[in-house]
Amino acid sequence: MSDKAIVTENLSRRFGEILAVDQLSLTIAKGEVFGFLGPNGAGKTTTVRMLTALIAPSEGKAWVNGIALGRDDTAIRKSVGLLTETPGLYEQLSAARNLEIFAELYEVADVAGQVEKFLRMLGLWERRNDQAGTFSKGMRQKLAIARALLHEPAIVFLDEPTSGLDPASARLVRDFIKLLKAEGRTIVLCTHNLDEADQLCDRIGVFRTRMIEVGTPAELRRNLFGRRVAFHLAEPAEVYLPLVQSNPSVTEALAVENKLLLRLADPETENPGLVRALVQAGANVQFVGELRHSLEDVYLQLVKEDDNE
Amino acid sequence: MNKIRTIIRKEWAEVFRNKMVVSVIIFLPLLFTAMMLAFLYFTTTSSSSADALAMELPEQFAALCGEGEELADCVTSYIMTQFLVMYIFVPLIIPINIAAYSVVGEKTHKSLEPLLATPISTMELLLGKMLAAVIPAVLATWGGFLIFVAGTVIITGGFSLIGTLLNVGWLAAILVLGPLLSVLSVCFCLMVSSRVNDPRVAEQISSVIILPVMVLLFGQIIGFLVFSSALAWLLSLVALILDAIMMFLCVQLFARESILTRWK
Repeated sequence: MSDKAIVTENLSRRFGEILAVDQLSLTIAKGEVFGFLGPNGAGKTTTVRMLTALIAPSEGKAWVNGIALGRDDTAIRKSVGLLTETPGLYEQLSAARNLEIFAELYEVADVAGQVEKFLRMLGLWERRNDQAGTFSKGMRQKLAIARALLHEPAIVFLDEPTSGLDPASARLVRDFIKLLKAEGRTIVLCTHNLDEADQLCDRIGVFRTRMIEVGTPAELRRNLFGRRVAFHLAEPAEVYLPLVQSNPSVTEALAVENKLLLRLADPETENPGLVRALVQAGANVQFVGELRHSLEDVYLQLVKEDDNE
Repeated sequence: MNKIRTIIRKEWAEVFRNKMVVSVIIFLPLLFTAMMLAFLYFTTTSSSSADALAMELPEQFAALCGEGEELADCVTSYIMTQFLVMYIFVPLIIPINIAAYSVVGEKTHKSLEPLLATPISTMELLLGKMLAAVIPAVLATWGGFLIFVAGTVIITGGFSLIGTLLNVGWLAAILVLGPLLSVLSVCFCLMVSSRVNDPRVAEQISSVIILPVMVLLFGQIIGFLVFSSALAWLLSLVALILDAIMMFLCVQLFARESILTRWK
């Protein structure tokens, strides 16, 4: 279990008749950035609350930092940091005081030092004595992130960290998450922002009450859409369609104006042969490139398939 | 213990920024004290008022007047004991709005979830919130009582009534029973605060706690109860047991899960 930050086995949570999380089995490695993608009400926040020992599961087991849920929840809370969906700051208190309170509650040894470190890191040091209530949305979010990190947790749960932020603030937060990853922390990121998940996450779980699919962004694309390659020609591509369709490595082929769009299992191996065949047949191949589906396509397709089931 | 102190300091930092709450804490004991001193001044300087009150002195209390004691002194003692009940009553009223707001206020500001995500136990959290509400109320009440003692000495022109004011029974009532009732009141308010979704509802329901103490107050006024040292200690013991029960219930009823998942 030493290389695993989080392990869940059939973790479920009911609220009366409503099943919020169904049989979640998942392993997140130490140092990994794992993204939970799912629509509103999918159970992402409930999962995070279970894994931060805020609420108990109805069924199943989980280990966070090697500690079983329900065995020593205080130890779990000590070892994780949580950024909640809304910052929930003490708005009448200064930024520094907000952090000092939490540093003391997390039993941080050097309260003043840690508060200064994170205020400086997030560009809030100059405003440390200002009331949190006077801060912009972005500054509040940064302060809430600092609050979640004061005790240097090994695992950080970030629930919608860039929600409602302007592009510059969102960028700063994303850069900060990259910095946390570089420090080797495990990060669980709940987000609706698919580009953000694509940029930041090592693996993504598409989640709606149950886990629909898990994988790296590239794996999710490949599993769902296969790999597609576009051959750009100097002339109309329609003429060469029978040629490429006769190639056994091509599973799907389409001609659109000067482009041949081919689905291939292994483009790195098959592309040179295809280029050669096309050139020999008289085609002028201008360039070849892989078509990339956006994570949004992947997400929407997975949710649609789940709807159809 | 450090976490309890942190919660207390956090609560005070928030509460003392609210001028209305601060003025209630300071103003209420001062108002009662000023009213009582004014009334004492009026009765001790006007013989007709003292006589009129002497006529209405409850039999149970008149029986306590010492052999050969001047009726006027007895009346003054009687009035003072009516007043002193207020010092048991005030520490129960003052913390109501602080305590009633303390959990539901955090719910509405969405600051409760980050707080509950820290390694603080429910007992530590509630003890911190309880002490943050009780301590200012008790200190303000004791301050008011000291002013009342000093005012009484000035108004009566000496220390003749100090024995009545500072007898063991009343001291037990003010120094022990008052704070214990304050804890009782705050525990009740915290219980209410952790079960409702609206601070106004919390305050309205919490104010019900003053009713049992009103019985004590009116019982004393109509002579049904005569406050004695034995009664003060007995009530303190009862209050202590009730405090322990209420604190236990308060912790048990503080359902972290429900608080996080059912409030919208």
